[in-house]
Amino acid sequence: MTQYIIRRLLYSLPLLMGVNILTFVLFFVVNSPDDMARMQLGQKHVTGQSIANWKQQHGYDMPLLWNSDREGTKKVTDTIFYQKSVGLFLFRFGVSDSGRNIGADIKERAWPSLAVALPTLLIGLLVNICFALMMVLFRNSYLEHGGIVLCVILMSISSLFYIIGGQFFIGKVLRLVPISGYDDGLAALKFLILPVLIGVFSGIGSGVRWYRTLFLEEVEKDYVRTARAKGLSETQTLFQHVLPNAMIPILTGVVVVLPLLFMGSLIMESFFSIPGLGNYTIDAINMQDFAIVRAMVFLGSVLYVIGLLLTDISYTLVDPRVRLS
Amino acid sequence: MNNPILAVRHLSVTFNHRQTVVDDISFDIHAGETFALVGESGSGKSMTALSVLRLLPNNARLNADAIDLQGDNLLNHSEFELCKIRGRRIGFIFQDPMSSLNPVMTIGSQIEEVIKLHFDLPREALKQRVLELLQQVEIPDRQQRIKDYPHQLSGGQRQRVMIAIALAGKPDLLIADEPTTSLDVTIQAQILALLKNIQQQTGMALWLISHDLALVSTMADRVAVMQRGKIVETGATAEFFSQPKHPYTRKLLNALPLMQSCLTHTAKEKPPLLRVSDFYCYYPIRKGIFKRIVDFVRAVDGVSFDIQQGKTLALVGESGCGKTTLGKSLLNLIPGSGRVVINGVELNALTGEALRRQRANIQIVFQDPFSSMNPRMLVGDIIAEGIRALHPEVNPDQRKTRVRELLQQVDLPEDSALRYPHEFSGGQRQRICIARALAVDPKLIICDEPTSALDVSVQAQIIQLLKSLQQEKGVSYLFITHDLAVVAEIADDVAVMYRGKIIEQGSVVEVLTQPKQAYTKKLLAAVPVLKMEH
Amino acid sequence: MVVLWTDALIYLLIAVILALGLYLRGKEHIQRPLQQIGRSKIGMVSLVVLLFFVLIGLLDSVHFKPADDKKNEIISLLDDWATPLREHGEKTYSAPFATTLYSKEMMTMADGSMQWGYPRLEFGGKHLNNPETEKIPDILQKTAYGLVQGLGLTGAFMLLWYLVRQTHFERLNFIVRPELVAQGQVVPEARHGEQFNPSAKAVWVVLFIIVPLATALIHLSAYYHVFGTDKVGEDVFYQAVKSIRTGLVIGTLTTLIMLPMAIIFGILAGFFRGWVDDVIQYIYTTLNSIPSVLLIAASILMVQVYMANHEAAFTSVIVRADMRLLFLCMILGVTSWTGLCRLLRAETLKLREMEYVQAAQALGVKQGTILVRHILPNVMHIVLISVVLDFSSLVLAEAVLSYINIGVDPTSYSWGNMINGARLEMAREPIVWWSLSAAFVFMFALVLAANLFADVVQNAFDPRRSGNE
Repeated sequence: MTQYIIRRLLYSLPLLMGVNILTFVLFFVVNSPDDMARMQLGQKHVTGQSIANWKQQHGYDMPLLWNSDREGTKKVTDTIFYQKSVGLFLFRFGVSDSGRNIGADIKERAWPSLAVALPTLLIGLLVNICFALMMVLFRNSYLEHGGIVLCVILMSISSLFYIIGGQFFIGKVLRLVPISGYDDGLAALKFLILPVLIGVFSGIGSGVRWYRTLFLEEVEKDYVRTARAKGLSETQTLFQHVLPNAMIPILTGVVVVLPLLFMGSLIMESFFSIPGLGNYTIDAINMQDFAIVRAMVFLGSVLYVIGLLLTDISYTLVDPRVRLS
Repeated sequence: MNNPILAVRHLSVTFNHRQTVVDDISFDIHAGETFALVGESGSGKSMTALSVLRLLPNNARLNADAIDLQGDNLLNHSEFELCKIRGRRIGFIFQDPMSSLNPVMTIGSQIEEVIKLHFDLPREALKQRVLELLQQVEIPDRQQRIKDYPHQLSGGQRQRVMIAIALAGKPDLLIADEPTTSLDVTIQAQILALLKNIQQQTGMALWLISHDLALVSTMADRVAVMQRGKIVETGATAEFFSQPKHPYTRKLLNALPLMQSCLTHTAKEKPPLLRVSDFYCYYPIRKGIFKRIVDFVRAVDGVSFDIQQGKTLALVGESGCGKTTLGKSLLNLIPGSGRVVINGVELNALTGEALRRQRANIQIVFQDPFSSMNPRMLVGDIIAEGIRALHPEVNPDQRKTRVRELLQQVDLPEDSALRYPHEFSGGQRQRICIARALAVDPKLIICDEPTSALDVSVQAQIIQLLKSLQQEKGVSYLFITHDLAVVAEIADDVAVMYRGKIIEQGSVVEVLTQPKQAYTKKLLAAVPVLKMEH
Repeated sequence: MVVLWTDALIYLLIAVILALGLYLRGKEHIQRPLQQIGRSKIGMVSLVVLLFFVLIGLLDSVHFKPADDKKNEIISLLDDWATPLREHGEKTYSAPFATTLYSKEMMTMADGSMQWGYPRLEFGGKHLNNPETEKIPDILQKTAYGLVQGLGLTGAFMLLWYLVRQTHFERLNFIVRPELVAQGQVVPEARHGEQFNPSAKAVWVVLFIIVPLATALIHLSAYYHVFGTDKVGEDVFYQAVKSIRTGLVIGTLTTLIMLPMAIIFGILAGFFRGWVDDVIQYIYTTLNSIPSVLLIAASILMVQVYMANHEAAFTSVIVRADMRLLFLCMILGVTSWTGLCRLLRAETLKLREMEYVQAAQALGVKQGTILVRHILPNVMHIVLISVVLDFSSLVLAEAVLSYINIGVDPTSYSWGNMINGARLEMAREPIVWWSLSAAFVFMFALVLAANLFADVVQNAFDPRRSGNE
């Protein structure tokens, strides 16, 4: 087990290297730092001097990969690639283009993101499983057919409309909760209700459908017939045999996204003005702050790799058949 | 005779309102007897059993005058009331113990579940009862086993657990649906003995459902034969096997491969076609952070044998002994090492194009007639594939003629070439596979359990076809099988494989009548032999 | 005629579909599921709706420079057709069927005095003298006229269809499957199926709804702004219709771009295993590990920088918007091929152990031939299912991406841009609801049809599901 985890961690290094190289190519090779400077400083009336200043300020005044002016190892280390990527691997994200410390920002903003994303995920999971189980219990009835049609309809509505509709009816017409905003501590609760509710609701269509197929797949299996031959009723079979088996793919599917919850949801947070990482990213995209976007890309992939590892470990916990080696 | 435990009257089962799988059948099962329902696949025997407990799939419709369990008509019971009968008064054993047990529950709790459902026992007594049941089905290390999951047990033990579950409700009737079909022949014998034993202890009735006439003849008191949803003949076992009345029954009995048939073989030495010496097939086991190779799975562990021209060598062994691996690695489908010489050409020295050219010499026919043909290709193209690959110079017209000849040789209609594999039955598909192998004029055909997925009557036809093709073309066979009766029918020589090694080989008469190794003796003893009073 | 990049790819896509159709014609394994789709009412109805959208999208994909135009503008057939709509811009917001602007302003009256009130629209309801009394009867009359026009059109089409089919049917069937007709088993059966096809009626019903609705809308839009106007006074109906092409392009071209990658990599990884598999798995895990929104954002940022620095290459607004659309498709393709690739790899791993593949190896069939003849046809159902399933999610994704400014160019028409522009107006009193509603209705219709169709396709082609039908 420990050996397996160590091996997986070693495997993830080349993966993160790959991510790093990819982002490097995207950010520095497709467009030179000069292009970026020109973009940031405005298109017209840019002097060579101001570009050089901007580059020096942001640490882009080095060659990309190989610095032939320096001696020894400095030939490698005094380059944009080395400077910008080594920091990422040590989780030193540096300073954003607007001069703020990215690491501190991330630490501060991860919690509001989590406060929205985690309840959404957990409540959504519960609701989806309940509805899916109900549809499987009443399979081949009008209830199920109606449910399937409803799911497809819910799936066909863009999440933007759920948010706009929710804000409009619950926030504006009924005035039950504030439309948007955020507060520290417990006061945040009233701001969280609406985004969580909408997040859960917008996921119902696809979620219920997906879980229903998982359950149906299990229901067809032989051991379910054995359970019924033992004398268990339909409901008992469903809860005692089908559910535990179907939970294996469901749980492991949830585990892989758990770390990514820190990253928050981009649209949710921007619509509800929640000061999380999703909002942070959107702002960075709109302000074209490359340093932040690069840091978020790296952070996202680290969290994904952790998610993959957690998934493998969770398999051994919930499925007695799987052993890591 | 006393009142029957189970009396079924005019039972019919239809699928999707169209397809009738069980067609108006009636039968009785009496207390303490073993009743066997025999039939080929698709005859509706399993559906009959499932319909008694209303466990049919959703798209099936049941229709009957009465299903009386000790005078109590089950049709009058609601689903809820039926739950109290399932598992309690009727126990059920399914064919495949691996898929029929819940993979994420310990076997202890799976047995416990039934007891809790039907009896009100305190915790201690409950655990005691589980251990008692495991003892009854003769599972060793019971205290540890109850914490195990199904995948940690062997196939035989899993089926024992299935039986324990079925016995847990102390049923009056035990339905066993092909209880040993997925098991090796030695395990099969143990399970059958166990069932017989338990039946004697408890005095319950046993309803055995099987396709295997020989097995039924050793187990049953009464036999009923099903054909296409109807029971065509019922009778006491002794009479049934000595004086079968219905033509279908007689056909079935005649199709059975007989162990005695090997006695008529004449041994005539011929020059060897294939020489295999010191052949190995190892899979590495990797461990540790860097996946170092720490050990090997010795699937084939140094075997040597010859096959003579125009003769058949049967490779016999139980599942997992490495016989299929050996067959595939002779074809270079799986890497192996050792000397393989066919017709004077050393195969393992060849690679790339040269190897591809030599492929024509050895061909293979697989076990499963459903996965061995590309469902997206016409039968004509499937048969012609080898010709196209190895003889690109043959023009399309010649190829068509050749395909027609081949279809004729395997007794299939000529228009089969323009049809798709799914339009054919299992036996017909196996004929197509044989035609595909024959297309490149091989010297040797490896037959990997070619008949074990087929019904008895079809199996006999395929064996007959293989034999006549051998006489016609002088082709040799390496016949891989677990079924000793089939070996007796077709083989000239036999090699017995056990754990990757060939432990005994010789002519078929020698091995089957005077086995030297203990394992071979055990194998032979386990084969159910048709009890016939001549 | 001007061929934009996305136009060219759309033509290529049509050519590929036609070629595939020709190749697969008469292959039985594809015929059976197709017949199953043909029998499904939901499937055929949603297909008709989809085709309707596709038709509009295609009309919008034939671009040219009008001869009499001096502005060096590129327009499409659809634009040409909808010239009045395109040019009848108002000053700012106006509600659907309104005859006045949404907000009050100072107006100069006929007598020269100034007055604070709702000014009449320049084009919407211009023909009415007294809007308050004449408007509703006029709308009803014009709707009725449009509906009758549409009904007549569909009726005529239906009549023509049955006449043609009556005379040509037997000949047609004979050409398609001569070998089956020769066996004497197909003609009566097919005929039976054709005449009693349960979905034919449903299709006609839908046609009788859609076509009159469309003609009524077209007829009305010549006189009114049926979905109102937006902030700069542009007709919302026109915007919504123009957005169809954007949605379709994203939904289809993305797939076209990612398919070759996914299929080739997936099959190679699964078939050859070993280091090929390792490399391909490494590539897709790396791509997968970057959150896709961020990858898209980063790529779009770079494209923006690139375009900003190479302005000379993008002469007109429409070319520029088109390039950005194409880039977006490519980026979406790069981020979405991994899912299908993984599925195909897993399936190929399974297939290569199938006995028919081993039999082919034993027969000395070359590996390339095995891939093409045995593996590829047997994974195509997965490709097809994932293509139709991806379509709707891509259309939905476009809206979200445009909302966070990393979608299509802000100047191009798309539902995402419509929503993005309209959401700020939610706070207004009375609320400006029409842009959102129009985007919602069009998007919902397209995505729902696509989802329903995807379901039917999946049922028909998935071997695990087809058993219980």
